[in-house]
Amino acid sequence: MNEYYILIIPALIMGTFSRVTMMKSDYRQYPTYPKGYLAHFTLGFIAAGLGAIALPALIEKEFSAITFLALGAQHFRDVRGMERQSLDNIEITEMVPRGTAYIEDIAKTFEARNYMAIITALVTSVIVYIAIVFSIQSYIAVFIGVLGGLGTHFFIKNLIRGKEIGDIAEVKEAEISFDGPMLKINGVFIMNVGFEESRNIFLKKGLAVEIIPKDDNAIAYLSNIGQRQAIQHNAANQLGIRKDVDEPDFTPIARRNSDNGNIVMGIVLMRPNINALIDVVKKTPLLESSKQKPLDSITNLKYRENKI
Amino acid sequence: MEIGLTHFIIAIVTTNKDAVSSGSSPIFYAKDEEHLNTICLRISKVVRGMVHEVDSGTKLVIKQ
Repeated sequence: MNEYYILIIPALIMGTFSRVTMMKSDYRQYPTYPKGYLAHFTLGFIAAGLGAIALPALIEKEFSAITFLALGAQHFRDVRGMERQSLDNIEITEMVPRGTAYIEDIAKTFEARNYMAIITALVTSVIVYIAIVFSIQSYIAVFIGVLGGLGTHFFIKNLIRGKEIGDIAEVKEAEISFDGPMLKINGVFIMNVGFEESRNIFLKKGLAVEIIPKDDNAIAYLSNIGQRQAIQHNAANQLGIRKDVDEPDFTPIARRNSDNGNIVMGIVLMRPNINALIDVVKKTPLLESSKQKPLDSITNLKYRENKI
Repeated sequence: MEIGLTHFIIAIVTTNKDAVSSGSSPIFYAKDEEHLNTICLRISKVVRGMVHEVDSGTKLVIKQ
């Protein structure tokens, strides 16, 4: 049994490392609450453990060990459920809700990161094993395994890295105006604001952006309501919204220009800064659930072939 | 869980008695524009609703 430690320990360390480096503390501040750190570190360690012992089990002809991987997969699906439930529970406490699509996306990411730990650990142990089979000295074998694990980690990290709004659309400043009580942004009717005072605040402190999709696929992405909620949430959360629960007038609303698919969004911030707003909108992640590629559909391909 | 009516007219406030007659929501008659705004503000703060203007002199409080 002792000869397997050289496979298990580097794999366990690499798998855990893979999970830990993904817990970076950024603007989302999630899951980087202190308790969240511990919970996800432990789950990452368990995931790495599953990946690390898979190969020694196969070498020992313990084929039933594969069922433990299946059990692990089931467990990490529960992680997704746990994250979803936790974010759903705090949703009503958010000034500007995340929206179910954003929550689903975050939950999926958590599940995927545990699989990343399993795969990194597995690849590390396989490489160490192959190196040992080729009679390479054990410390060099471990070194090669660690390099392989690092390569796998960065490869998967790159693979699951999502796009951002800035990749598929241009974001420009837009103009807020009023037509009677109707709030308009670049000519698109947004909502009816009944109070004169609220209108003045909008005109004085309000900021607006227009998101211009680069192609037809981007128009489909941005039409998704969940994607728009994510943009609203990120803007309000990161820049500080000027609103309280009993002031629905200042809820950020993103509306679509039905003529061209552009999205306009107005928001009233504590410290208005248009460049910061444009930056935040550009950096909003593109949700997996809003991804659509209508341009790749058979009908569209046929139509475009005939056209060109 | 929070349960409540949304997208529903909670109150109609008007200075023009001819503009609004009966309906499912309570109607408040205001003396002038200033009184209208005061009533709207007070109702909207109670129900956390939003005030919308239908016409000059008529506003709705709606819970969004």
